[in-house]
Amino acid sequence: MSESASYLAVVPAYNESATIGGVVEALRKQAPRFDALVIDDGSGDDTSILASRAGATVLRLPFNVGIGGAVQTGFVYARDHGYDFLAQVDGDGQHDSLELERLIDAMDEEAVDVVCGSRFLTDDYRYPAPISRRTGIHIFAFLLSRIVGTRVSDPTSGFRLYNRRAIELFARDYPHDYPEVEAVLILHHHRLRMREVPVRMYARGGGRSSISTGKSAYYMVKVLLALFVGMGRRPRLLATGEPPVVGTQNVA
Amino acid sequence: MQARIQLVAILSAAALLVTVLEMVRRRRLMERYALLWLLSAIVLLALGIWSSGLAKISHAIGVIYPPNALFFIGIGFILLLLLHFSSAVSRLTDQSEMLAQRQALLEERLKRQEELAGDSEPEIASESRDMADLPLD
Repeated sequence: MSESASYLAVVPAYNESATIGGVVEALRKQAPRFDALVIDDGSGDDTSILASRAGATVLRLPFNVGIGGAVQTGFVYARDHGYDFLAQVDGDGQHDSLELERLIDAMDEEAVDVVCGSRFLTDDYRYPAPISRRTGIHIFAFLLSRIVGTRVSDPTSGFRLYNRRAIELFARDYPHDYPEVEAVLILHHHRLRMREVPVRMYARGGGRSSISTGKSAYYMVKVLLALFVGMGRRPRLLATGEPPVVGTQNVA
Repeated sequence: MQARIQLVAILSAAALLVTVLEMVRRRRLMERYALLWLLSAIVLLALGIWSSGLAKISHAIGVIYPPNALFFIGIGFILLLLLHFSSAVSRLTDQSEMLAQRQALLEERLKRQEELAGDSEPEIASESRDMADLPLD
């Protein structure tokens, strides 16, 4: 990978004023080759002020569009500004920006389009999550691995590095709610390759998870439905200039 | 329940189920809006097949003819769906209002910037683009 390549770190944030400043500062210090882009997903607090004070470019969405739409904003930005690589980093301090280099190394080693940081690949990394959450993740992992034909240990991880092909794909088509699992399926259907590397993650630094207990049932059902109907989709490539349908956003 | 009405109920519920799944598969329907449809279709299908259950329910709610209970439950789901959509439309109305306001503010800001940037061509503001297809003279 040449040194002239451009890197964008996209940080989706919804009411993350407790952590966003630290996340952006850590990014700039520990992963200086990345430009930091915070997508403020209609926060009611000081998220965008704190993010831009910490030195990030901030895109403020006029209202909450959900994590999928927020992250896709980052893909569109990266596409339009010609970035070669995009990393997604959560705004709650769960992800360690030092680990970004590990993702870049992994992409260098093998010609893949997406590198995904997994919490579950080695025993050294213990992920502090409630058992219910982990059970859900393992169910998704099991089903998704069956569908895509390779092992996916951590399908809900939002700590990922994408190359230009993946950026262009997801700028056009990224799932709406709880997008991570479905995104793997979309990659598979478009014959883009993904690999996982072990990373450590922290418990949330503050704020609240977007997944409350009430929503986790919806999360389960929604993702299972997406997986179920996703199995019925044939692998194909979107033709250029194809008319957008629901689930596709053309923001160019 | 009479065989014919039961068959009709089962077939239509199954058709609804398949249609909803197919629409999700083709991305004509977002999962967010499909879930309530799926629930309706599955419940109606289940009650169509499980006629003794339907008989029990219809007895419990005081309906003499069980297929009418199926109608009753179906109407209940329709009301739920309508309410669901009304709330979705309300949210969308709210959001499009916000978008319109933001867009108006942005336009004003852009115009001001353009005026500041180049006093030489103050006439080329964004609204003059709308008349691009009119003859220039």
